[in-house]
Amino acid sequence: MAQKRVLMKGNEVIAEAALRAGCRNYFGYPITPQTEVMHYMAKKMVQIGGNFVQAESEVSAINMVYGAAAAGARVLTSSSSPGVSLKQEGISYIAGAELPAVVVNIMRAGPGLGGIQPAQGDYFQATKGGGHGDYRNLVIAPASIQELYELTVEAFNLADKYRMCAMILGDGTLGQMMEPVAFRDEEPIVTVEKPWACTGRGDRADHNTVTSIYIDPDVLEAKNVELQEKYKYIEENEVRYEAYGLEDAEIVITAFSTCSRICKNVIRQAAELGIKVGMIRPITLWPFPTKIINETAALSNVKAFLDVELNMGQMVEDVRLAVNGQKPVYFHGRAGGNLPTQKEILDKIVEISKGGNV
Amino acid sequence: MIDFSVILAGFGGQGILSAGKMAAEAALFEGKEVSWFPSYGPEMRGGTANCSVVISDEPIGSPVINDADVVICLNQPSAEKFESSIKPGGILVIDSSLFSYEPSRTDIKFIAMPASDIATELGNMQFATISMLGCLSAATGCFSRESFESSLYEVLPERHHAKIPGNLSAFDKGAAYAK
Amino acid sequence: MAIVFQPTEGLTTKPLHYCPGCNHGIIHRIIAETMVEMGILNDTIGVASVGCTYNSYEYFSCDMVQAAHGRAPAVATGIKRTHKDKMVFTYQGDGDLASIGTAEIIHAAARGEKICTFFVNNAVYGMTSGQMAPTTLLGQVTTTSPFGRDASYQGYPINVSELISQLTGAVYVERVCVTDFKNIQNAKKAIKKAFQVQQSGKGFAFVEFLSTCPTNWGKGPVEAMDWLKEKMIPQYPLGCFKGADLDLEVKA
Repeated sequence: MAQKRVLMKGNEVIAEAALRAGCRNYFGYPITPQTEVMHYMAKKMVQIGGNFVQAESEVSAINMVYGAAAAGARVLTSSSSPGVSLKQEGISYIAGAELPAVVVNIMRAGPGLGGIQPAQGDYFQATKGGGHGDYRNLVIAPASIQELYELTVEAFNLADKYRMCAMILGDGTLGQMMEPVAFRDEEPIVTVEKPWACTGRGDRADHNTVTSIYIDPDVLEAKNVELQEKYKYIEENEVRYEAYGLEDAEIVITAFSTCSRICKNVIRQAAELGIKVGMIRPITLWPFPTKIINETAALSNVKAFLDVELNMGQMVEDVRLAVNGQKPVYFHGRAGGNLPTQKEILDKIVEISKGGNV
Repeated sequence: MIDFSVILAGFGGQGILSAGKMAAEAALFEGKEVSWFPSYGPEMRGGTANCSVVISDEPIGSPVINDADVVICLNQPSAEKFESSIKPGGILVIDSSLFSYEPSRTDIKFIAMPASDIATELGNMQFATISMLGCLSAATGCFSRESFESSLYEVLPERHHAKIPGNLSAFDKGAAYAK
Repeated sequence: MAIVFQPTEGLTTKPLHYCPGCNHGIIHRIIAETMVEMGILNDTIGVASVGCTYNSYEYFSCDMVQAAHGRAPAVATGIKRTHKDKMVFTYQGDGDLASIGTAEIIHAAARGEKICTFFVNNAVYGMTSGQMAPTTLLGQVTTTSPFGRDASYQGYPINVSELISQLTGAVYVERVCVTDFKNIQNAKKAIKKAFQVQQSGKGFAFVEFLSTCPTNWGKGPVEAMDWLKEKMIPQYPLGCFKGADLDLEVKA
């Protein structure tokens, strides 16, 4: 049962969704444009007897997450690009120790201190691992506030199910905007037993240990193979995307999160000009929807792909791998915190449609 | 109504962001799709503030506005900045109590209303933006007075309900400028 | 025949990897014994760190979490906040705690985290083969201070216990060593008191152990013990810096 729609800010919805998902531990450090997650948690966690700690740094925050996850708790941290870079150490340890945790990155423009306006420049960092070693994070990219709510709850389920980091990857727009959200009366929380957690030995015959260190190369290699098998299973079972208009599209747009919404308006405008444009919007950036893109590229009606991002071209590499040379893949990106206008995307579409060199 | 868009802009502290939120709440009360997107960061602290509100009968594409149907300004820099962001045939509304302005464009409708004077008269400076929402509602029908009133009762905590009649007076006085 | 000595239940049967003459083994043993004697072994979660102590998670027989370099106090914070009724301790060396993990230890202490930190100071990086540590003495030769630590070039050693004792959140701070029976008994008392402080919920408890590193000091085990007494103690005096008179009525 859904409740009445209320107007809420993305960052607050993330916090509320986490609480609804049974998360009682939040560790974070302030950074624009995600800080409202902290503000919300600072108040609510205390009211409901949960844990809120403003850590001394993002490095500490992610290690508190590591500790709480090792102790068997559902746990959240949130940050924005430069802060998420600092968290990479801990995220790699979380992957190595196979701990469930949810990390939110409300991206701002980089590199370096960069700016504070919306961007999607952390796609590589999020989807290719980000820290040291061979590992993956589940990367989820909601495009609306309603989806942000539902997928944040789901992120906790997925993290627990696969004992890994689930990352919500949004941009400043998603964190800062308000939209209506209808909360469910009851959340679909999937409770997973955690017999491996460090909760104190109690009556257990042996002690539990949580670690990511394996000095013996053979043992460590076996651990890596085991991780890769898990990742392969996830690639086969957890891909999520939204696709529409593919059956008669001449051009297919690929875009994620808020950028896909700008493209939706453009698709309508293109239709008015008689150009049929479809879209594949990855909801999981890892695992990436490779198969649907590959199959779409094989359709005879599809002439080309246009990838649109708030960066200088990152997801486009995965799109090209998926298309595998079957059709041309064009790119349009903006950076620095600027968003593409509908007009500039439409111009690009018109150009591609004419077969122009874009 | 598909992707009807309003930009509200002024100095930080003038209530720009909350006025935008009230407009979105009123439209939401009517069952419409809405989005609200603020400027954020250092410019909030005493600098300029603005927010974009989109109201639609269909799921909203972009919450970010390139061409606004209406721009509401409470200071001159905002009027200068956002005049070019108005669709042909759109509306520019300014608070003429605070500054005078002559738009250079001739393809837009221009409303100069003494919003701050209305607020002073009603004894609460927060009503300046409310009177401009009245003007917005009357000029475009993007939400009704009834929805505005109902949403106030719904959204405001009960201790603030005593202020609602004052809000509605400001709203009505503003509506009169939507000729 | 009466048993006069036997392994403690507080340690697993895994053979320790520490070098001959290193004090880690003694310190492990007395922490483990104390947990058993206090009856808290099955209610304690320890946090191992990086350096020679990395493998301590396999030695202590309580639940153990292995942390990233310097981050043990943050990891312990996450554990303790999750299980407020359990005992949580970190076991850290000087490179880990006083260099890369300075922020974590200072802030855990400042927050008054209800955890114990056991800090083993041997004035050198052991695991990575004898580099200068923040606690390396002036004049001490290490692989990265090959001409002896020179204050004008490499600055001064950090007296961590004195530093921590300045923080209101730290309620018990003591420096001990384990060079002989008497000092081992004192060290054990300090460990017990640190756990009692945690049980009482009063705040952060910190015990610094001066320790030997014969391998990286280039000394024999006995010579290393003498060097600790003659050189380290003048720089790092033993004693209780805070909380000597704490009233430790343990919360029910």
